[in-house]
Amino acid sequence: MELTLSIAVGVMFGAGVWLILRPRTFQLITGLLLMSYAVNLFIFAMGRLWVAQPPITPTPAVDPALFADPVPQGLVLTAIVIGFATTALYLVMIIGARGLTGSDHVDGEEPRE
Amino acid sequence: MLLAALVLVPFLGSLLAAVMPADARNRESWLAIAVAAGGLLMAGSLYPDVAAGQVLREELAWLPAQGLYFVLRVDGLAWVFTMLVLAIGLLVVVYARYYMSPADPVPRFFAFLLAFMGSMLGVVLSGNLVQLVVFWELTSLTSFLLIGYWHHRADARRGARMAFTVTATGGLCLLAGVLVLGNIVGSYDLDVVLAAGERVRADELYLPALVLIALGALTKSAQFPFHFWLPHAMAAPTPVSSYLHSATMVKAGVFLLVRLWPALAGTPEWTWIIGGAGVCTLMIGAFIAIFQHDLKGLLAYSTISHLGLITTLIGIGTPLAIVAAIFHILNHATFKASLFMAAGIIDHETGTRDMRVLGGLRHALPVTATLAIVASAAMAGVPLLNGFLSKEMFFAETLLVGGDTNWWMSYAALAMGVFGVAYSLRFISIFFGAPSEALPRAPHEPPRWMRSPVELLVLTCLVVGVLPGLSIEPILHVAAVATLGPAMPEYDLAVWHGFNIPLLMSTLALAGGVLLYGLLRRYLQLKERDTVPLVHRLNGAQIYENTMLRLTRGAGWLLKHLGTLRLQPQLLLLMLALLGVPLLLAGAPPAWSDSPRQGFDPLFTAIWVIGGGCAIAAAWVAKYHRLAALALVGGTGVVTAATFLWLSAPDLALTQLMVETVTTVLLLLGLRWLPPRIKAGAGQPAPGRLAWLRRSRDLLVATAGGLAMAALTYAVLVHPASDTIADFFLQNALTGGGGSNVVNVLLVDFRSFDTLGEITVLAIVALTVYALLRRFRPAPESVAIPAQQRHDVDPASAQTPAEQAGSGYLLVAGIYLRLLLPFMGVVAVYFFMRGHNLPGGGFVAGLIFSVAILVQYMLAGTVWVESHLQLRPHRWLGFGLVLACATGLGAWLFGHPFLTTHTAHVDWPLVGELHLPSAFVFDLGVFVVVVGTTMLMLVALAHQSLRAHRLPGDEAARAAPPVSGRRTL
Repeated sequence: MELTLSIAVGVMFGAGVWLILRPRTFQLITGLLLMSYAVNLFIFAMGRLWVAQPPITPTPAVDPALFADPVPQGLVLTAIVIGFATTALYLVMIIGARGLTGSDHVDGEEPRE
Repeated sequence: MLLAALVLVPFLGSLLAAVMPADARNRESWLAIAVAAGGLLMAGSLYPDVAAGQVLREELAWLPAQGLYFVLRVDGLAWVFTMLVLAIGLLVVVYARYYMSPADPVPRFFAFLLAFMGSMLGVVLSGNLVQLVVFWELTSLTSFLLIGYWHHRADARRGARMAFTVTATGGLCLLAGVLVLGNIVGSYDLDVVLAAGERVRADELYLPALVLIALGALTKSAQFPFHFWLPHAMAAPTPVSSYLHSATMVKAGVFLLVRLWPALAGTPEWTWIIGGAGVCTLMIGAFIAIFQHDLKGLLAYSTISHLGLITTLIGIGTPLAIVAAIFHILNHATFKASLFMAAGIIDHETGTRDMRVLGGLRHALPVTATLAIVASAAMAGVPLLNGFLSKEMFFAETLLVGGDTNWWMSYAALAMGVFGVAYSLRFISIFFGAPSEALPRAPHEPPRWMRSPVELLVLTCLVVGVLPGLSIEPILHVAAVATLGPAMPEYDLAVWHGFNIPLLMSTLALAGGVLLYGLLRRYLQLKERDTVPLVHRLNGAQIYENTMLRLTRGAGWLLKHLGTLRLQPQLLLLMLALLGVPLLLAGAPPAWSDSPRQGFDPLFTAIWVIGGGCAIAAAWVAKYHRLAALALVGGTGVVTAATFLWLSAPDLALTQLMVETVTTVLLLLGLRWLPPRIKAGAGQPAPGRLAWLRRSRDLLVATAGGLAMAALTYAVLVHPASDTIADFFLQNALTGGGGSNVVNVLLVDFRSFDTLGEITVLAIVALTVYALLRRFRPAPESVAIPAQQRHDVDPASAQTPAEQAGSGYLLVAGIYLRLLLPFMGVVAVYFFMRGHNLPGGGFVAGLIFSVAILVQYMLAGTVWVESHLQLRPHRWLGFGLVLACATGLGAWLFGHPFLTTHTAHVDWPLVGELHLPSAFVFDLGVFVVVVGTTMLMLVALAHQSLRAHRLPGDEAARAAPPVSGRRTL
């Protein structure tokens, strides 16, 4: 399971990097989305993997060793929401740039080659 | 609190002055007079303590953990300077009332002037060296603002920039020097530093500290080779020149040197650096002053020369020289401030400051002429005036420097005296001779109150000159004792010391000056010369301009060769750095010690085969098939959400799923504004070799990045977790936070300050998106209804969205979802309510609620929804933030820190016992902000289509000419 998740994170991150290096704005936003999945999962994995042990404590006196780590979960939860907001901001930037420059190239102009 | 008030009151006055109306000249002046006079009273009340030799201190904790305190201290020296700053300030604001023209925006002037007063008092009263530098830079800043007061004039802007660059650079050197000094001593406290003189001078870092501090002081006091900024600062209004650039600010440098004299002086390095700069300055300044044609230019160079005199005295460094230096600082402030004011009156009355034009003014301005002549005589060192006394002390000190054999210092002093007499004569020559015919205005005596500050200052010159023992001696004594302590020398301030060498030098200087002036007038055509003989090539300002030009060019060159405006290379570098830098920083890789905790699960692997496949496929098609790419990315997102659920993070799974939905809708709305996709192959040239190379390179980087990330993740996962604060949260969530869902308690209770910051960011981003979209201008070819929505058979394609909604477009689905709205609302409430104990909470519930509204928009259309549902996302944002903040502030009412949670247990009928922690209200704020953010962004984006659709179909394309649809920014 650890290996599967690691490879999954690597595949998403690699695909994200590839897309980020592409010239079109839409490719860039797709790449950012994929990268944010990868990074969120990576941060989440810092709490190690727990199956069927959600951090919901039924009684006050609990053994912490029986529950998943809530700290990375809290961090990732906010990261997901902020990620959505930044995606929206980036989207508005790219459509605004397209309206202003007439091009959807990341440099704001078509390459001269 | 008296000292703090002394520094604070001018700043408060400055704020008050800034908000007054532009024509409130009288009110502004009264305010400034009140501030200065009040300050004088406060400072005056300290005299008995200070005269008794006490050091008064006030401390405020600033960064106590770092040993930084805001210290104000006043001893004799600081007290004398405080009085000087306030007294001259008072006279200057009275004078400025009449000097400033009604057309000038006076609030700015008085606000800056009072801010300067506060900064200068801060410099003088600081008991902490770092704090002193802060105020020091504030004086540079206010000086910049005041020189550039008439910012419509190019010379004012240039002078302001030059003065600021030179003095602020010096200030940075000073900061560095102070840090070195503090490092040597182990404290920045002035009293500690002053007491550690022996240790400082013996330290190996003494020379760097001295050089850096000297750079700060010498730039501020316009000493050679940094003197050039002062004449250019004369573009300021004359009250400013009189106050900042002769009486106070330029004295900050020499003040600092006197201040640090106990810690730094007494070495050959001190004498050579400080004394050397002083001697060069006094000679050059005095010489150049003779050849100025501008009244203020002459006074500026004369100021430079007198500052050089003071610096030389400090450089000589004997106790008696320090006494003379302080004495001359005071004397120079009185006669030079009055001369500047007189020059301002002449400028004000005649409309010119050019000495080639001015002449015979004693007929029109008899009183001003008398005052100016007396003040000039003080400047020249004529007996019975204050300038004579300190200059004679200076002559006496120079005699001691070289012993019996080396007289160069005395020759320099004598030459300076001769030049001083010559330029003083040049200055007063404007009052004699025939009245000039070429004046722009016919001069009259100025208003009484404009002249009275000058009268008062000139009277001071006379009183001090005639009766030094009665007038200035006690004050001078207080300042000198504070600096010199036990080294206080015996001295006697008297007009007559009998026949001695200093008196001979004074006489020689007077006679020589008169002779020199006569010769220059006769043989060197003083009035017609445009350049200064001998030293005209020594143009500091030109060197400064050249340096700045080279710096700008160099920066431009660097930017051209090292920078790029193109995003792609930047991103490539960023990615390479992401790959490379951690490798450089990380040590040896850890051993693979632990075996995996969780076994291999084929189903988990299977969903990730899909998820990973989606990611790769998305990367593959993103260029040509945007919609497909979007769907594929969504697939990866769903698999990610499933993973969260699988791996014991139900909250994350819920959030991810909802965000996925909203993001997809968002991107779908945005897709419409992107250019038509490029058809693969059709008309496109086959990619060249270069493109293949580029792609191979990117593929390599991407593969390396993916591999590194995978390896890193695996390495972490097979290592046991170290102890974290997670245990604390798990054990205390229920007892301390009143909720069993630890993640939610974490968000709204343990780390709620973090969450408050986060929802603030959300609100800011939403408003930014909204603001950007308000100015959005789509590309002309995107304005028309897209081809996908146009079809001859479909009658809806010819309708506007409003007509579509009215004519039953997608009616069944619309009504179905309308019915669903309350249910989705209930679901949102359910997830919100249970959030504290089970997966859910404000974030998730907010997103669910937003989706509920969004589907209404999607099916019924914007117009229909907004005519039935009043949704004001801005208010949601504001209300949510206020709610969250108010919850946090509520804790203060009960004496707890910000955002402390309080849990109330309420017995509700039917529902049963309900825990009502205040975190619940906070979570409600989160909910409201999330709904507001999502709705604001998506609705604003959706409205763009509505705006463009006002013209249906092809008409829009035709109506929008290619260029006019675009705004040029």
